[in-house]
Amino acid sequence: MDEPRQPATLSDRAPVIEPGYTFGSVTDKISSIVLTRPTSNGWFLGFGVAFLLTMMMLYAIGYLFVRGVGIWGITIPIGWGFAIVNFVWWIGIGHAGTLISAILLLLRQSWRNSINRFAEAMTLFAVACAGTFPLIHMGRPWLAYWLFPYPNTMNYWPQFRSPLVWDVFAVSTYATISFLFWFIGLVPDLATLRDRSTNRWAQMIYGILALGWRGSARHWHRYETAYLLLAGLATPLVLSVHTVVSFDFAIAIVPGWHTTIFPPYFVAGAIYSGFAMVLMLAIPIRKFYGLEDFITERHLQNSAKVMLATGLIVAYGYGIEAFMGWYSGNRYDAFLLWNRLHGPYAPCYYALLACNIFIPQLLWIRKLRTSPLALFLLSAVILVGMWLERFIIVVVSLHRDFLTSSWGMYYPTRWDWMTFIGTIGLFLAAMFLFVRILPMISIFEMRTLLPEAEVKE
Amino acid sequence: MKRTRVYGTMAEFDSAQALVDAAHRTHEAGYQKIDAYSPFPIEGLAEAIGFHSNRVPLVVLIGGLLGGLSGYALQYWVSVISYPINVGGKPYHSWPAFIVVTFEMTILFGGIFAVFGMLALNGLPMPYHPVFNVPRFAFATKDRFFLIVFSTDPKYNPSGTRSFLESLGPRSIAEVPD
Repeated sequence: MDEPRQPATLSDRAPVIEPGYTFGSVTDKISSIVLTRPTSNGWFLGFGVAFLLTMMMLYAIGYLFVRGVGIWGITIPIGWGFAIVNFVWWIGIGHAGTLISAILLLLRQSWRNSINRFAEAMTLFAVACAGTFPLIHMGRPWLAYWLFPYPNTMNYWPQFRSPLVWDVFAVSTYATISFLFWFIGLVPDLATLRDRSTNRWAQMIYGILALGWRGSARHWHRYETAYLLLAGLATPLVLSVHTVVSFDFAIAIVPGWHTTIFPPYFVAGAIYSGFAMVLMLAIPIRKFYGLEDFITERHLQNSAKVMLATGLIVAYGYGIEAFMGWYSGNRYDAFLLWNRLHGPYAPCYYALLACNIFIPQLLWIRKLRTSPLALFLLSAVILVGMWLERFIIVVVSLHRDFLTSSWGMYYPTRWDWMTFIGTIGLFLAAMFLFVRILPMISIFEMRTLLPEAEVKE
Repeated sequence: MKRTRVYGTMAEFDSAQALVDAAHRTHEAGYQKIDAYSPFPIEGLAEAIGFHSNRVPLVVLIGGLLGGLSGYALQYWVSVISYPINVGGKPYHSWPAFIVVTFEMTILFGGIFAVFGMLALNGLPMPYHPVFNVPRFAFATKDRFFLIVFSTDPKYNPSGTRSFLESLGPRSIAEVPD
């Protein structure tokens, strides 16, 4: 234990926290955003727009409940339209949060400490948006609890051989564990807010949420063990969730779905889109709240590198899909490839290749990896690309299957678009509230990054 | 006037290093019932105050096993005993299909046990605690480090313990009322 440990700030790369901060100044800087800083007009404007979009979503869902799923563009053979496309897209975005908070913790990547909190919040809100879709796409959403195994007078149980039931367990476990992970990480910071706030109401609310945390050495010891074990549990969980989502497709026999490449390719795509969303949130947040010292160039660069790597895995997945279309000799698989390249949805496929494979190769250029504006735009392109990928998987595979007599076309209606754009509003509204009322950067984990936190035995 | 009982004597330090050193010396001086408070986890501090037993891993193991076994048992009971349905000639006990839910239930219960087990072992939530009576203790969640000797310690006596803590070079010392 005598070997000197290298503090993170002495690395030859850009630091994860700019030098010159103390325990007190880190605490003040992050907690003042919540406690003392006046709420800016920009916040009200952004939250207002997001709130209006959320209301639009509720209107679209309300109308859906009155009229039924016929208001959507779904028809036979395309029974899974926007609802499933958006579900997969949102749940994929959530994955980066758990990856940052759990996997990077186990790998001792200290740069995660300044982005894990809001990435976890992003996960929660993305899972909430994702969870909306399977619920509302049921013909009778008020019976959604039938998905869970519970003793009932019908003497009826879920079918555990069905991947759709696996999905219920995977997604609800993911939502629960993500929430617990996020909340338990917040507890010491809520205690900081309790002790720093001067407003009686804020003291009481933060005090209740802080559970009486007082930073005892015994508590920290158990806390760190529990946090590490939770990270160890969340790591296989995050890899399993999108694997199970991909089973929804891969277990079926539809050409383009029935393939073993789906689990790894879905997980890589999830992390790809998740990091794109992390950057799209982190870049404006660090600018508007002046957090460039905490979310440094290093964070942007590392996220860009993760996107580059996972993007190449996704490209490999596309390559294998195309290769198997030719190599399998299966005429339906071969036709799927032809249909993607020359069918009525071909423009979507070319846009997908451009957004997910070709344009992101710009990330090889160091200058672009360090430019917040370029990263923001590239992340937007990747998010569009990943949405198109799910659209191609769901719609293009379904619309022309084995029998030409059962072919059809899918055109989303305005209700599809209103629901989809509405969930983006819900997501943003939740993020706006989060940065306003909770510390968006983990204060206590930032303290551990300071050189003064090093202790010699 | 009502005499208040004393909960312990608390010393405040400026740095993590000072707290760890002080905790070591206090423990070596023979004090058993002591605790330390810091704004972030400090490696080695728990050992310095003589805290070694940590039952969180055992709790998580029990939770994970319970979740996995109950998940599998539920599926077996539903698919074989209560509601057997022949799907494409697959056996009722088609265990490979049950792995996913078993896995998810293991993670779910393990995680829930980790969080609530940790809180229960820590005695949280506990909105009131005597240490909060010390006004300077509000800085324990910011940038100050505290060491307390509880009055239940056999070696504790108000003046002797106070002068011992003073010899550790603290920034301030306070008596904690119960």
